Amino acid sequence: MSAASPLDEQNDRHAPLSSPEIVVCPNGPLLVRGDFTIAAANGGKIPRRRRTVALCRCGASGIKPYCDGTHKLIGFRTKPDTENAV
Amino acid sequence: MRIPSARGRFSGSLFELLRRPPEEETTGTFSLVEQLVDQAMDHHEILVDEDLQLALFCLYELHYGGLEGANERWEWNPGLIAARQKIEAVFEEALRGAVVLPSDRPENSDSVAEALFGLTAADNGPSMSRYVAKSATVEQVREFVVHRSIYQLKEADPHTWAIPRLTGRAKAALVEIQADEYGGGRQERMHSALFARTMRVLGLHDSYGAYVDVVPALTLASTNMMSMFGLNRRLRGAIVGHLAAYEMTSSQPNRLYGNGLRRLGFSQDATWYFDEHVEADAVHEQIAGRDLAGGLFETEPHLLEDIYFGATAALALETMSTARIMAAWEAGKSSLLVPLPSSS
Repeated sequence: MSAASPLDEQNDRHAPLSSPEIVVCPNGPLLVRGDFTIAAANGGKIPRRRRTVALCRCGASGIKPYCDGTHKLIGFRTKPDTENAV
Repeated sequence: MRIPSARGRFSGSLFELLRRPPEEETTGTFSLVEQLVDQAMDHHEILVDEDLQLALFCLYELHYGGLEGANERWEWNPGLIAARQKIEAVFEEALRGAVVLPSDRPENSDSVAEALFGLTAADNGPSMSRYVAKSATVEQVREFVVHRSIYQLKEADPHTWAIPRLTGRAKAALVEIQADEYGGGRQERMHSALFARTMRVLGLHDSYGAYVDVVPALTLASTNMMSMFGLNRRLRGAIVGHLAAYEMTSSQPNRLYGNGLRRLGFSQDATWYFDEHVEADAVHEQIAGRDLAGGLFETEPHLLEDIYFGATAALALETMSTARIMAAWEAGKSSLLVPLPSSS
């Protein structure tokens, strides 16, 4: 039996309210919602101050792992062909 | 807040009325206010009209925290609503005249977000944040915070009016943003509370409306614009566009404001508000662009122009207001109507 896709989970009324979801923002960060922790490489937890966070993926944020909008200043572009829904 | 000092004939008559019981003022209110507005609307300077912007601000305040000494029944008095609508009609016309809307027609929610990100990136108004980061004096920073306090002490409230006017994806997005604005259930983390903390560190009064008497019309107009967009259901596209533009022009400026306060030796208590917005608004701008504005476009595509209108009007008023404040400072003057007592 195959695992449920995220979409099935979203539409499943029995799915826990807090099941995590990652939104891939074109030319921007990864938005993460739901129940998750951000672990540091040494095993500790990175402080999280809000329910939904934006994780840097351009590499230029001054508050990594979080996004601070710098991707807009450096012209960070993602490739639509690898990020479109199927 | 207290009823402020009048700045002209219309605000004077309005404040006099507000101190009386509304029951005694029925048809009289309607005709008096209408007549006064007709007289006052003969010019096209409404964005910088001290008398009308202050009056409009107080008419809206009846729907927020109220005015001390004004009976709460004035809120829905037909005469006052009629007066408000007359001012709003001219105000909206002035704002629409001050902006150029993009002509491109987006295909989906992502392209609406792209268009809004494009608009805000192209905005090349004078930069208050760079000035605060590098050059502003403590007195100038205190003035800047006083201007901002008119909105920031009720931060998020004008956009909250839009929640029941939206559905589906756009509504869920707005609620998610607003929950964060209101501290995620923690009173002390509400953005308005963080701003009040900054004010206290700077030796300023943090009660709502404490500085209404000293800020110029343009500063009041920025908040009035949000109230007008938020309180009129037909302008729900504009309040959504406004929030998107606001969030999209926030992270980097707030980093610079925080840097400016650190340069001047202020503590983390003073910079918390600004530092918080660097991270928060990098989240909010994505949700506001894609799910809020984009989601609204998907359900009500005819609102696209108003989404753009709200966004461009937000940028235009910010540019005008910043130019006015910086011009005063360059001339060695206060940007307020009355300079603040110097900080001790």
